[in-house]
Amino acid sequence: MAAVFLAGIVLFLVARSLFVPRSFGQYGHYRGAALGEIAAKPIMFAGHGACESCHTDVLEVKSKGVHAHVACESCHGPLAKHADDPTALQPPHIDVAVLCVRCHEANIAKPKSFPQVASADHSGGVVCDTCHKPHSPKIDSGASQ
Amino acid sequence: MTITRRQLLILLPAAAIAWDSILAGTPEASPNYNMTDHWWGMLIDVTKCIGCGTCVQACQAENNVPDGYFRTWVERYHVADWSIENPQVDSPDGGKHGFPPAAKEGGKNFFVPKMCNHCADSPCTQVCPVGATFVSPDGVVLVDQKYCLGCRYCIQACPYGCRFLDPTTNTASKCTLCYHRITKGLTTACCETCPTGTRQLVDLKNPNDPVHKFIETHSVQVLKPHLATQAKAFYYGLDGSVR
Repeated sequence: MAAVFLAGIVLFLVARSLFVPRSFGQYGHYRGAALGEIAAKPIMFAGHGACESCHTDVLEVKSKGVHAHVACESCHGPLAKHADDPTALQPPHIDVAVLCVRCHEANIAKPKSFPQVASADHSGGVVCDTCHKPHSPKIDSGASQ
Repeated sequence: MTITRRQLLILLPAAAIAWDSILAGTPEASPNYNMTDHWWGMLIDVTKCIGCGTCVQACQAENNVPDGYFRTWVERYHVADWSIENPQVDSPDGGKHGFPPAAKEGGKNFFVPKMCNHCADSPCTQVCPVGATFVSPDGVVLVDQKYCLGCRYCIQACPYGCRFLDPTTNTASKCTLCYHRITKGLTTACCETCPTGTRQLVDLKNPNDPVHKFIETHSVQVLKPHLATQAKAFYYGLDGSVR
């Protein structure tokens, strides 16, 4: 009887070892290896630090303007591949007419202190970067890029 | 060899413990990141949000989120006069492409970014029947996509509506607080790209983190505090109409 019982237990333990992942319970009631798998995913946005390490000329202009705290990839999009290998991916062309109004088109729900314009009245169809330089957009700032 | 019932009952637990330690093996070393040093959350300063939707686009690009599904989204609130119990809320395509001019002016109008609150005492992790979703040792609510059955219990349990069933994998999906970025020393995609600094990642175990100090010294609140989920998405400047 004891032998049957023992065989049952051994069978249970073997089955359990086959069906329960090895890292289950490592940190809690879940598969511990999942943490490493999720953390290992590739990044798409390089982060402004990566951009600034090469594009120091742009950083210098940008840091003096009102867009100093806007990260590069807020406008230029995800460019981790470009940061890894600048020849592998070139930043796509930016449609200024679309990009600027995404933030600056007037909307009653935006904070009152945020600079906003009714683009149709403001420029009469002239694209934004005719007058404003995106990296330092204030016209009287003297900076240009 | 004979074995008595008494001997068997003594031997079995010892055998089980030994077998378990054999199965567990050696935990993987993570040389550059120590989970126990961090406890992640986010500060969302509603007074700065311009509803541009850059965060939503960045999240979708960073995490390959299918169109029409959102790990983060932006809502626009309109509160007429004093009636904070009945706000009008819209979020066209999650606010991904910004917002059209408000149909109703007057009263209060403002944007509120929403995302997983990374609750320390999360209802979504408690209902998972297989242990596929969990709070990591550094305070991030994650989904193990290899282990998830797609039963949707967690999607129903989340009081903030932050989960969805990913149609490409048929597993639960949600904000990972860009776990693959924060473990590499970067900030989340939404925080990185937010042009106004509305969103800021915070390490609640780091007393020198300026965002941590901000939370410590300013009036912030979490969504649905009565549920006591220990939410870690802290809102600054939030109106009482936001649920």
